[in-house]
Amino acid sequence: MSAPALAFRGVSFAYAPGGPDVLSDVSLEVATGSITAVLGANGSGKTTLLRLLLGLLAPTSGTVEVEGRPQHGYSRRDLSQRVGLVPQSEPVAFELSVLEFALLGRAPHLGLLALPGAADHALALEALERVGLTALKHRAVPTLSGGEAQLATIARALVQQSAILLSDEPTSHLDPANTRRVLEVLRRLGREGRTVVFTTHDPNLAAAIADQVVLLRDGCVLAAARTAEVLTTERLSATYGMEVEVVQLRGRPLVVPHS
Amino acid sequence: MSAEARPRPGEERRATARLWAIASVLLAGALVSAAIGRYPGPFLTPPAALFHDELARNLILNLRVPRIIAALLLGATLGGAGAVLQMVFRNPLVDSGFLGVSPGAAFGASLAIVFLGGAPATVQGSAAAFALLGMAASYLIAQRIRFGDWVLRLVLAGIIVSATLSSATGAVKYLADPLRQLPDITFWMLGGLWAITWRDVLHMLPVVLPCLVVLYLMRWRLNVLSLRDETAFSLGVAPGRERLVIVIAAVAATAAVVSKAGQVGWVGLIVPHIARRLVGSDARRALPASMLLGTLFVLACDDVARTLLNGEIPLGLLTSFVGALFFLGLVLRRQAVGRS
Repeated sequence: MSAPALAFRGVSFAYAPGGPDVLSDVSLEVATGSITAVLGANGSGKTTLLRLLLGLLAPTSGTVEVEGRPQHGYSRRDLSQRVGLVPQSEPVAFELSVLEFALLGRAPHLGLLALPGAADHALALEALERVGLTALKHRAVPTLSGGEAQLATIARALVQQSAILLSDEPTSHLDPANTRRVLEVLRRLGREGRTVVFTTHDPNLAAAIADQVVLLRDGCVLAAARTAEVLTTERLSATYGMEVEVVQLRGRPLVVPHS
Repeated sequence: MSAEARPRPGEERRATARLWAIASVLLAGALVSAAIGRYPGPFLTPPAALFHDELARNLILNLRVPRIIAALLLGATLGGAGAVLQMVFRNPLVDSGFLGVSPGAAFGASLAIVFLGGAPATVQGSAAAFALLGMAASYLIAQRIRFGDWVLRLVLAGIIVSATLSSATGAVKYLADPLRQLPDITFWMLGGLWAITWRDVLHMLPVVLPCLVVLYLMRWRLNVLSLRDETAFSLGVAPGRERLVIVIAAVAATAAVVSKAGQVGWVGLIVPHIARRLVGSDARRALPASMLLGTLFVLACDDVARTLLNGEIPLGLLTSFVGALFFLGLVLRRQAVGRS
């Protein structure tokens, strides 16, 4: 059996030495080509988990593995060729065009002093085509709507050509139509064999596209299994500290809070 | 797809054409500058004078040409450093006066004028040393601040260091001889290229050229460094280390030119704004455009400074005045666009 795309082996993390653990003894595996939602209330450790996966933070104890090898064994450049990031929002201080912005995804593949060439431009154009932004390629990124900006960020991650895509609350500030656009792109990436891990506090978002759900509470994994097994009335009520009911709608779980 | 990518988009082609147009104007400007001055008569020295008037030939070759080259180095450095600092600090209102560089140079110069004899080489060396020390102090303080991201910490540290150095300069001025030393300090602070010789140009070149080349070569990388740390990291970049290399190159070049030219303000702030308007924000074009426009701006101001009146107008006074007017125009125009 091939190694999982990502794995946590007994990972704990504290921001200050001797301080409280933000994550404690977390073990989980993410299969190659799967979509995983990391679900939990605010402050449960979701973003910290994503930063550890990205290599931005190093675990206090335990090991993070990428494609079967300890993450610390990769150089930063090697790691960025394998793991890409779609942040929650991406404030851009200067008016780069959508094409110039997507092209930045080539950074892990180009040397310190190199400039992107025709092949890199071709990849950027192809990525814009795939997220449906070709018509806006000359528009300045700061003038895009929230949904378009998020798609531009996904395009940049596609140009990065990493097999693993991490996304922090990818739809938290989007309206329903844009949420759907972004989710459709993420779902398509999963179908094409890319490994997608995203954090969310919305169980219905996890239900909509995830194959696997990791349920976090106070830095501990409450459950990590297939979506339908994790999204149950009992588990979610315990996680959020309020009564919720999980009903089935068109073959997918739908989480409804009790009034 | 690659066939689609080959023809460069029209906007990019237009921006590149503008870049070449600026370079051509600059070249013509540099040639014309050698011919303008106040000898033999006001404003224009006829090219024929080079052959039959030895004084004119000397004047052009030993005073005007080094001065024009110094103006080119000064403008390219201030414009380029402004552009890269704005990008790595992700703030379009930053220039090399920031981070304690200019206040450091001013303190170093006044210290040398009052306590170290005031010889030109001492003033320049002290100005350059304190410009770098100002930057180093900002960096060390930023490392000790325990909140905010790297950019915010450096901004705060820069404000603290600048304020401290400005008050120290005030103290040195208070102690200065009001008839002999105080005017020297004041003139240094007004900035100008009137005393530039070939020797000064040769002093500046070995520092300025390598620094500008490093910045130019890293121009695409600047785009990545203008993103948030987390994103830059995810793109395989070492944001802290690479920003530091860029800041050191920008500050070292600035220290070298400011030590010779004094305080020449507003170039680093205003020029990158105009450059981005003309060629877009991608640093592949915005950085060379900032260097070229900075050069053009300083050269034009210096031409006015040395020819308009019988006496020399301080260059820093002109660049600040024109720069502030330009900035006012930009701010008002932006507001109008926003309203519509």
